[in-house]
Amino acid sequence: MKAKITVTLKNGVLDPQGKAIEGALAGLGFEGASDVRQGKLIELKLDETDEASARAKAEEMCKKLLANPVMENYAIEIVA
Amino acid sequence: MTTKPAVIVFPASNCDRDVAVALEQATGAKPQMVWHGDADLPDTDFIVLPGGFSYGDYLRCGAMASNSPIMRAVVEKAKAGTPVLGICNGFQILCETGLLPGALMRNANLTFVCRTVTLMVENNQSIFTRGFEQGQFVDFPVAHHDGNYFADDETLSRLEGEGRIALRYVDNPNGSARNIAGLLNDAGNVFGLMPHPERVISPLLGGIDGTTFFKGALEAAA
Repeated sequence: MKAKITVTLKNGVLDPQGKAIEGALAGLGFEGASDVRQGKLIELKLDETDEASARAKAEEMCKKLLANPVMENYAIEIVA
Repeated sequence: MTTKPAVIVFPASNCDRDVAVALEQATGAKPQMVWHGDADLPDTDFIVLPGGFSYGDYLRCGAMASNSPIMRAVVEKAKAGTPVLGICNGFQILCETGLLPGALMRNANLTFVCRTVTLMVENNQSIFTRGFEQGQFVDFPVAHHDGNYFADDETLSRLEGEGRIALRYVDNPNGSARNIAGLLNDAGNVFGLMPHPERVISPLLGGIDGTTFFKGALEAAA
């Protein structure tokens, strides 16, 4: 199975890179784009064959390494 | 005075040699250099996590290094009371291991900041800052992209109340919450700071505030 893990900054955590992207978009003439936030997408293959155990494993990976709970949230998507 | 300091060397540490020179200046003996892949620490009474860009800052600064084999032994030693000093990337690693609260994020202005900054000694009652006077101003260089300290408000107020913000920026270079430059753990034996005391250990390098820092810390660790 494959896991797609999206790591994003928690609400309220300043995202200077998102702000810079927002500024660059405005500079290119894109109007009406606001609240730009930058995150990470981590994709990986898992040997697990059922979704529940794949999700449990990805969850453990997020807690131990892939996300920092002090400032980040994560969302896991399991795809066959 | 401790004579058994150890410096942990990670792939892409780049201040390990500088800090070794600073330790040797303070103790008169060469420190032990310990590779991150080792599982055990040598006999040591003072551990330094040096600056640099361990693992190329991949994923998050300090995230990979905090899971290096040697870090299990470092965390164990820290919890048993051995002084552990993390400078720059070392501070980031200490936060990632959970030995210090919070996290160090990308500088608020997005620029890599490389210059000498003035710090105020807010708490000189720690083993790391005892060489300084309370309220003293010291000049240390900073060189980092991710020194913007973050923790939730409740944590910040607790740190403040407990006197754990030992060093504060006078003119904040990175957006760090409450101008935090150097932070103690609750037991006072773990200290992380973004500025580089090992870069000011000789008038030739522009100052000796770092000499005062290392002398004080290593005398206390005896």
